[in-house]
Amino acid sequence: MTTVSSASPALTGNDPANRLYGPLPDVSGEAGYAEDHPARVGFFTDTSVCIGCKACEVACKEWNTLPMDDADGNRDAMGLSGMSYDNTGMLGANSWRHVAFVEQSRAVDLPMPTVGLPGAGAEGAGRHGESQAPGDAHATSHGGNADGGLTAQASVLNVEALSEFDPQTGHSADREIRWLMSSDVCKHCTHAACLDVCPTGALFRTEFGTVVVQQDICNGCGYCVPACPYGVIDQRKDDGRVFKCTMCYDRLTDGLQPACATACPTQSIQFGDLDELQARADARLATLKEQGVETARLYGRDEDDGVGGAGAFFLLLDEPEVYGLPPDPIVTTRDLPSMWKHAVGGAVMVVGVALSAILGSRKGLRR
Amino acid sequence: MTEGLATPGAGWRRADGPPAQAREKKRRRGGRRGGARDGDPTVEEAEFTSYYGRPIIKPPVWKTPDVPLYLFLGGAAGTSAVLGAIADVTGRPALTRAAHYTAGGSALASVAWLIHDLGRPARFLHMLRVIKPTSPLSVGSYILAPFSALAAGTAGIQLLDAFPGLQKFGLRRIAGWFPGLRKVAGTASAVFGGPMTTYTAVLLANTAVPSWHEPYKELPFVFAGSGMAAGGGICMAFTPVAEAGPARKMAVAGAAVELAAMHKVEHDHGIVSEPYHLGRAGTLMKAAKACTAGGAGLTVVAGRTRAGAVVSGALLAAGSLLTRFGVFDAGMASARDPKYTVVPQRERLEARNAQAAEGEARAVTR
Ligand code: SF4
Repeated sequence: MTTVSSASPALTGNDPANRLYGPLPDVSGEAGYAEDHPARVGFFTDTSVCIGCKACEVACKEWNTLPMDDADGNRDAMGLSGMSYDNTGMLGANSWRHVAFVEQSRAVDLPMPTVGLPGAGAEGAGRHGESQAPGDAHATSHGGNADGGLTAQASVLNVEALSEFDPQTGHSADREIRWLMSSDVCKHCTHAACLDVCPTGALFRTEFGTVVVQQDICNGCGYCVPACPYGVIDQRKDDGRVFKCTMCYDRLTDGLQPACATACPTQSIQFGDLDELQARADARLATLKEQGVETARLYGRDEDDGVGGAGAFFLLLDEPEVYGLPPDPIVTTRDLPSMWKHAVGGAVMVVGVALSAILGSRKGLRR
Repeated sequence: MTEGLATPGAGWRRADGPPAQAREKKRRRGGRRGGARDGDPTVEEAEFTSYYGRPIIKPPVWKTPDVPLYLFLGGAAGTSAVLGAIADVTGRPALTRAAHYTAGGSALASVAWLIHDLGRPARFLHMLRVIKPTSPLSVGSYILAPFSALAAGTAGIQLLDAFPGLQKFGLRRIAGWFPGLRKVAGTASAVFGGPMTTYTAVLLANTAVPSWHEPYKELPFVFAGSGMAAGGGICMAFTPVAEAGPARKMAVAGAAVELAAMHKVEHDHGIVSEPYHLGRAGTLMKAAKACTAGGAGLTVVAGRTRAGAVVSGALLAAGSLLTRFGVFDAGMASARDPKYTVVPQRERLEARNAQAAEGEARAVTR
């Protein structure tokens, strides 16, 4: 298990320029662009106003002429995921935007007295909200009962404030329902594992600070695929090469915004200079907190995180893993210096064993 | 129960209820029939949240058997090149011959498997377009390319020397140089032999795959040991017993290192060690251990007889091969199940938060 103390080579002074890990104020500059390169751009995806319309997915597919695929990334296949309104399923070689859809419910303390509320126990609640029975049973199966949930949650947030302003939350009997929708995308990491491990140089850092694959260079080694801590980049099986979001590099060079941000009707996807977006996100978070949305948090905003901060970051309303995002991603190359040391140790051991095996054997026994 | 640690706040639960989640659990546990009987160390199923049980990271697109075979062949080639070069210099012709043939043959085969695994094999030379220390595959290409060329060249010279009939096109005239050339090429290949054996461990460890990344300190030693067991075993099988002493010693030492390092991988990393015990990976690892331990034991007991050397050499090679397949499989399994990504990261996060809170508390009291 990775311990906290080994968290950063930057801390041990092995990586003073933060080339592998840690905050990096000028990614493009570090990649070798001249002083006058454009400012770093990014996406701020505010999931609190996402309506799950998937306009971003469609715009992305259209602009980048991505082939059709099903929820498991099988090309030219049509299929329903069978789990929710999300039939895109995941980011992959043919889906560079993916709108996650999660329906959640919880027991709620309504102002109007209803049968079976506090004290009546799980049984009463279950009888009452017939259609919500699975949810109840689930809450119970998770080690709490409806009561426990109630007391816990009442102390945490102001339910009334939340339902007042939040269009994604609704009531049904004694249950409160909400839909979480979030348009996921490549994070264009400050320390991008995909880029670090690419042996051909096909993946590169653009002048905008984004990460892009050069399709005429990629030889399909597939190393970037398991290297990405977010599971973004993937290989097209029939083609052999890997594909992922380019943040519409072609549009950026022509002064246009990425297709998804252009198409988003609610400004859930905001495109712009990264520092500006970060300021906007901080303000939005403060507003939401003020309105009582205790669970709102920024994801990928912190440049002290495991990937040095993301170029595409999010405002989430629940834990990252609920949306299929890793809770604490760390770029794998952080540990690479230590890995190389151990590999050299192993190699030296091989030579040492071979030497001593030979020197320790008599050779006079020949026929 | 890790309630509170792994479940989201404010009482929100996914609304599709227990049937769907039971289905997910079942799917995730697909390959673990008899898991408990296997002496599965982690008894309790950890609680965690995920997006409909879908994996978070993408499982590697590397193919089996291509990549495990590449790992095995690379290990056998690297270690036998080292053995061959030292045997050559110290005047052990039979061992030299066996080691050089093993190294050359395995090196060529490993290159073939690696290229075959590429999505665009025709572009394999793109591997040498740039050199990137952050990419183990780039560094590895610069190890593999000279190593395989030198090892194959050494084996070729050996072949020409052994079969004068092959000496066409005026080669006969320089036949006197062959032993010297062989020593130089063999020694040069041996320089790359060690790194060839262990860089593949970094190749696997430097990914987001939990069961490969976490044991990154032990994996190079697993691969070094496994390579020595295979290389030593194969050389021992093809060398007259009288001269095979060094091969036997290397094989036994390699087997011991492999077993010890693998034991750490399988037990020291909490939940991330689990995939090494479950399903197909678990079966492979168990078979690997049986072969490696059996082969090493037999080498000690009967390695000085012809039949004993062949059987134990084969067992050691099989053990090494199974280890590579097992490690590969365990990694794939850990990538497919979001549990292995979420739970360790959650724990890490909690630990960090706890530490931060502690620090704050200390600052306040001061
Ligand atoms: S590591 Fe993953 S998320 Fe980060 S830039 Fe690469 S593909 Fe995108």
